[in-house]
Amino acid sequence: MMVTDKIWPTLDYSRVPYRLYHDAEIYEREQRRIFEGPVWNYLGLDAEIPNPGDFRATYLGEIPVVFNRDQSGVVHAFVNRCAHRGALVRRELAGNAREHICIYHQWCYGLDGRLTAIPFRRGIRGKGGLDPSFDMGAHRLRPLRLDTIGSAIFGTLAEDAEPLEDFLGPPIIAQIGRLFARPVQVLGYNRQRIRANWKLYAENTRDNYHASLLHEFLLTFGLDRSTQKGGVTMDGRHRHNITWAEADSDTADFAYEAYSDAHIRNDYLSLQQPDLVAFRRERNDNLNLVVTSVFPSSVFVQISNSLAIRQIRPRGVDEFEVFQTMLGYAHDAPDMIDHRLRQANLVGPAGLVSMEDGEAIEIAHRATKPAPDRTSVIELGGAGVISDRDYRVTDVPLRGFWSYYAELLGIEPAGAVR
Amino acid sequence: MTVDHALICNLLAEYGALLDAAEYDKWLGLFADACRYVIVPRENHDRGLSAGLIYCDNRAMLEDRIMALREANKYNIHTDRHVIGLPRLIIADGPLIEAPFMVYQTDQEGATQLFATGLYRDRLELVGHDLKIRDKLVLLDTFAVPTLLATPL
Repeated sequence: MMVTDKIWPTLDYSRVPYRLYHDAEIYEREQRRIFEGPVWNYLGLDAEIPNPGDFRATYLGEIPVVFNRDQSGVVHAFVNRCAHRGALVRRELAGNAREHICIYHQWCYGLDGRLTAIPFRRGIRGKGGLDPSFDMGAHRLRPLRLDTIGSAIFGTLAEDAEPLEDFLGPPIIAQIGRLFARPVQVLGYNRQRIRANWKLYAENTRDNYHASLLHEFLLTFGLDRSTQKGGVTMDGRHRHNITWAEADSDTADFAYEAYSDAHIRNDYLSLQQPDLVAFRRERNDNLNLVVTSVFPSSVFVQISNSLAIRQIRPRGVDEFEVFQTMLGYAHDAPDMIDHRLRQANLVGPAGLVSMEDGEAIEIAHRATKPAPDRTSVIELGGAGVISDRDYRVTDVPLRGFWSYYAELLGIEPAGAVR
Repeated sequence: MTVDHALICNLLAEYGALLDAAEYDKWLGLFADACRYVIVPRENHDRGLSAGLIYCDNRAMLEDRIMALREANKYNIHTDRHVIGLPRLIIADGPLIEAPFMVYQTDQEGATQLFATGLYRDRLELVGHDLKIRDKLVLLDTFAVPTLLATPL
């Protein structure tokens, strides 16, 4: 069934048909119109490829991509697919190289992605090989346009994509800039394969409502509660979102009363090692939770002093990987590195305040599959016009995500409320 | 002092059996008072990167982890089955051993998957007549973790 703008039961994206998580044709359209479309994706860090020849493999949707630094220090990125027969050119995930050679027929590419050599191009003793008219310049690795914020490298395959700065908008640029205000170092990576549609995760990172309900650790150990000062801040077109909260901005009594309806513990157990949740203020603000979701699949995360970037990597309609890069600052004292390594316990596949997402997203995927025409309900913080909120019990940014999603897929209903 | 190989095998057998039975207090009892327990993805370890999936560099953190598992965390309902291979003595004094492991997970409907494989690298110590774990590195080959990791490996 071809999906059209008639798919939306409401014009404000407060109802999302479950079909959108399960339909293979929709998934294919997403790959073309979103991931190859006019969006900017986080690819990796400048700090991951410090030296000439350093490269790393990444993805843009399902498209394999390599980014590297050439001999003059310039960063390039291209689709990791040989111009000859379509094989992966660079098989390793990271390393240092003078060029990229496809193992299949040894077509050779420079660090700028240009085709530099083809074996037996003139054949052997004048027989075989390529016609002399073959244009080497027309057969290169497909390049990405690149731009950076701090150490974060963003790329797009769309020539008509607006500039990165316009795509992100001022609040998002400010938050990513805040994370990268100092040079960073990578503390490690973690990965999680979730058997569900990637958009359930894109929604999850924009869903402020679930945080302290699903992730009971936040409340049980007093790390974060919805009674704290916080809210959601979006870009002008509501495709991105910042979920934020300030430390020590509520009282225990207020929280106890507010959570009296929820079936979760709120008696504040204490940890033997409270450093695990202790927030060490390191900037001129009191933000201890900032989750910045960039459409479609990049997330910049500060939870207390743990800093991370997540990439959502779709792997078919029913599976995605969350690839997370754990960060510290290059000039962190050893004690601060230890603190961040301990607080890394909070996030990732075994994260004390994140492991539940894997389960919640899988059970949502599983139960919605046989009900393509039923819909979710997205009304926390009100339906209607999409706008910022200065409170936390809200899922309005999910509607922002869907509004831009509908636009890119060409299924925006006439009279959409955005 | 050389530790009897059978004692090492017994410790590993207890280790797997207690986790599979969800006897986490008894499992904690296999660790020395001063201990460390970390699960590190192989891609980090191979690059000299320290970040782990679970990173408890003292006993209090390990006990907190278990308390959180009981009191706060929600995860896929399942049972674990540890299959731990023969330990190899790396350094006799201590001793330092390595053992390969596999952990299968079975869901409520009886479907089993290989959840994780990797290598234990354990620094052990004799406390009286008991062999205890002083430092356990779980080197995780399966670092693309299926769904989530809640119960210890």
